[in-house]
Amino acid sequence: MTIALSPLPIYRTEQVTRVYRSGAVDVWALRGVDLTLAEGEMVVLLGASGSGKSTLVNILGGLDLPSSGRVFFRDQDLTQASDKDLTAFRRAHVGFVFQFYNLVPSLTARENVALVTEIARDPMPPEEALERVGLGHRLDHFPAELSGGEQQRVAIARAIAKRPDVLLCDEPTGALDSKTGVQVLEAIHEVNRDLGTTTVLITHNADIQRIAHRVIVLADGRVIRDRANTERLLPAQVSW
Amino acid sequence: MLRDLRRIWPQTLAIALVLGCGIMVLVGAQATQATLIETRAAYYDQHRFADVFAGATRAPADIVAAAHLIPGVAKAEGRISFHAVLDVAGMAEPASARVLSIPEGGATLNLPLVRLGRLPEPDRADEVALSEPFAQAHGLVPGREFRAVLNGQLRALTVTGWVLSPEFIYTIAPGAMMPDDRRFGVIWMNEATAAAAMDMSGAVNDLALRLTRDADERAVIAALDRLLEPFGGTGAHGRDRQMSHVFLDGELQQLGAMAAFMPPIFLIVAAFLVQMVLGRLITLERRQIGLLNALGYGRRDIAAHYLKLAALIGAMGILLGWAFGWWIAVAMIGLYQDFFRFPFLIRDWGSWALVVSAGMGVATVVLGALRPVWATLRLRPAEALLPPAPPHFGKSIADRLLMRLRVRQTTMMILRSILRWPGRAAITVLGVSASVAVLVMSYFLFDSVERLTQSVFSQANRQQVTLTLARPMGESAVQDALTLPGVSRAEGAYVVPVRAVHGHRIRLTAVQAHFPGAELARLVDDAGQVVVPGTEGVILPVTLARALDLRAGDLLRLELLAAPRSILHLPVAGLIAQGMGQDVHISAAALFAATGSAPQVNMIHLAVQADRMDALSAAIKQTPGVAGLSDWAEVRRQFDATLSENMLTMVGLYTLIGLLIAVGVIYNAARILVSERSYELASLRVLGFSRFEVGYVLVGEMMLLTLVAIPLGWLAGYGLAQGVVGAMSTEIVQIPFFISRRTFALAGLAVFFAALGAVLVVRRRLDRVDLAMALKARD
Ligand SMILES: Nc1ncnc2c1ncn2[C@@H]1O[C@H](COP(=O)(O)OP(=O)(O)OP(=O)(O)O)[C@@H](O)[C@H]1O
Ligand SMILES: [Mg+2]
Repeated sequence: MTIALSPLPIYRTEQVTRVYRSGAVDVWALRGVDLTLAEGEMVVLLGASGSGKSTLVNILGGLDLPSSGRVFFRDQDLTQASDKDLTAFRRAHVGFVFQFYNLVPSLTARENVALVTEIARDPMPPEEALERVGLGHRLDHFPAELSGGEQQRVAIARAIAKRPDVLLCDEPTGALDSKTGVQVLEAIHEVNRDLGTTTVLITHNADIQRIAHRVIVLADGRVIRDRANTERLLPAQVSW
Repeated sequence: MLRDLRRIWPQTLAIALVLGCGIMVLVGAQATQATLIETRAAYYDQHRFADVFAGATRAPADIVAAAHLIPGVAKAEGRISFHAVLDVAGMAEPASARVLSIPEGGATLNLPLVRLGRLPEPDRADEVALSEPFAQAHGLVPGREFRAVLNGQLRALTVTGWVLSPEFIYTIAPGAMMPDDRRFGVIWMNEATAAAAMDMSGAVNDLALRLTRDADERAVIAALDRLLEPFGGTGAHGRDRQMSHVFLDGELQQLGAMAAFMPPIFLIVAAFLVQMVLGRLITLERRQIGLLNALGYGRRDIAAHYLKLAALIGAMGILLGWAFGWWIAVAMIGLYQDFFRFPFLIRDWGSWALVVSAGMGVATVVLGALRPVWATLRLRPAEALLPPAPPHFGKSIADRLLMRLRVRQTTMMILRSILRWPGRAAITVLGVSASVAVLVMSYFLFDSVERLTQSVFSQANRQQVTLTLARPMGESAVQDALTLPGVSRAEGAYVVPVRAVHGHRIRLTAVQAHFPGAELARLVDDAGQVVVPGTEGVILPVTLARALDLRAGDLLRLELLAAPRSILHLPVAGLIAQGMGQDVHISAAALFAATGSAPQVNMIHLAVQADRMDALSAAIKQTPGVAGLSDWAEVRRQFDATLSENMLTMVGLYTLIGLLIAVGVIYNAARILVSERSYELASLRVLGFSRFEVGYVLVGEMMLLTLVAIPLGWLAGYGLAQGVVGAMSTEIVQIPFFISRRTFALAGLAVFFAALGAVLVVRRRLDRVDLAMALKARD
């Protein structure tokens, strides 16, 4: 199955590098990345540990700034943005999902989602977002009362409830077993399909790449492969 | 251990400071008190301060030998004593002095200490020695002259020396509220000169006795009273009625009150802080503890490690407290030396307080450490190696209620955090309210004194000048006073020393007769109500009634100790709550009806045009019948100046240490919150919350607790202030209990902003949390 992709790029990076200075040695996490992501695309980011995936996604999400190069979100140059601008950018456009859920333990599922919808411009009701990820019956549970997969789905609901333009997922299934992981991927997949949210998904699991429109592979801070999937699988068809 | 200490040093320091404050107040007050007590004791002893004092109108000189024969009397001395108006160069208004004769052959009791020059030569009638503070205030060095009205005659006197005396450590004019070294002094002159001035040759009017160690003071006083009865005795009394002694005692009592009320608050808060901080440290080091334990370190070693850490905090607090306590003691003794003139100081570093405070400091930290250390002792190695169980957010009734609340989720986080750690919230609230309470407790003294001054100066004493007459006169003297320059109104009053007796209880005091229509000097109670004595019976201050065990309606025996020396039995018509004053009040009609004599006055209150004061002063210096003058505007100015200077220092200090509690508590609580939840808060930043919004979760929680704590602190402060009033009040000075809204508001605001400052400092740590690190964290 295919969907008509908007030709407009949502992201464009030019020669992005990121150098970490730890002590005397410089660690080059990114060594010049040129990328263009199209509106509505679902991209899987692959690569060995330490290849720079998280670094790249953090830069795209406005959590980090490149050491050199430029990053455009639509026509906004993120590399010129102040801390305040980046906060506003994340707030308005970006949904994050991380490996370790990062839910607020003192808030229930519904409240964790409401946390974000309260500061969003055009959010969906928290209940709807949770319904979408199949947690309509767990609204008033605290994270500690939910399984890992359920917590991750709350995190997805929280990320999508504000109807973000991009959904950035850093190893969302990393801490989950295969069956639970599939449920989480289904949630992400549906969001991308139904809401047209541009999605970047980091994974270590090569099988998962087949649900994406496009697969980008990083190695040692460089893009070494970038190709579109001619045929996509549904998450349910993937297993690992 | 040093690593642990480095890790939490600002918190440690905050605790040590809070603990140190408590110890500082204790050591400071005690060292001051001990220094004053020891110095006074040595001074009294070396200079043979008398035990019993008595006055009479005129007694033959051989009464001294008779007094010596009273059982229990080791030494008796007779003197001539009177008050005189002085004319000193460079001072428009008259000064006044208490004149004392030096017995022939030199004093054997209340020995004057010559600080400069010498005492008058026995055969020189024009020579006098002056009390040092008065002489200093006027630069009256030996050889200088000044003039005094002695027995109606203005006479030139030459200064021979400056003197201090144990009788005048605190020199205050009769009826004054504060020492005034310019306006009041003491003069020592030869017996012959004094006798000539007062027509008292072969007679004395003032007796001082020193008792043997096992003497019964009450019995001696009673015997002396009987002895002086025929000679116009004005009532013998012990040191407990000797002005200088009483004021010094009152001050010592206030120091004691401070040492009793303040330190426990600080120690309790410090104990809780130790518990809070060590508890958190142990949680952070759980794994390490488990590891050490698994490696074979005994649990005792580990517990000992944390106890040592606590002890170190304690030691820091104790040393800080001692150091600052001494510093404060030195400063306070310095302040006291403006009021209390000692020729020397015997410094006592408060050895008792050092031991006690060290003990209390150690007990504080050990008590605080007990719970967290006990928890490590019970920790099994296997458990310790696991991450601590995630905090459980339950579904208690309170939680269910919260869920109904329609508040922002960040606010919800605050409320849940408080519910989840109620103990910690309680400690925070307790600490902050203690801080408010300390401020209320120190600020309210301002209110009370203001109320006292208000009632003394603006309501009770609206006269500008009060003249004390050398001897009682008929009511016509009041009319005569109207002819003095600048006087627009004159009111007479009659005050006579009295022995008030009820059953076996006796108090020496004075009776004040009030003439009808008084507008200047009035009887005003603490609430500002004017009380006019009726035609029957007397009105007593509540404190005097309590001392004499009297209630309204009881019969009081009054023995007048000056002419007409009647013994009256009068009913108590009413009680009056008064800040200052021990006098029995009665209407002139009732008094003179009871004594059967014609109405008399011995004080005249005057309303004076402000620009005619100098003219009046000049006239008074020439008026023989006047023994003294008090200028109320000047008294008030002095009173305010002294008070504001001293109280500002004290209030500044108390504000500092009071706020330190709030800062210490909030700083620690906020640090712990950040240490536990920095990643959670940082992940809010990832979600697009601004620094301000994230800071709100921290600042909001701390300030919410602060807001809860402030009213509690007000309540506690109210209670403590009541305690302080009780502890500070003596029979002579009752500090009125009154706390103004301003005090509550100031205490609340000061603590609010101190807490805000402390939490904002901690908030900056949130900015330093690395967002990417926060996302990798599991807990
Ligand atoms: N804060 C940091 N300080 C120093 N070096 C860092 C930091 N974060 C990442 N690096 C280094 O940058 C490189 C890229 O890291 P990054 O986290 O982007 O890799 P990754 O592809 O996401 O790896 P993984 O699959 O293990 O998550 C690594 O060599 C890493 O050690
Ligand atoms: Mg990564």
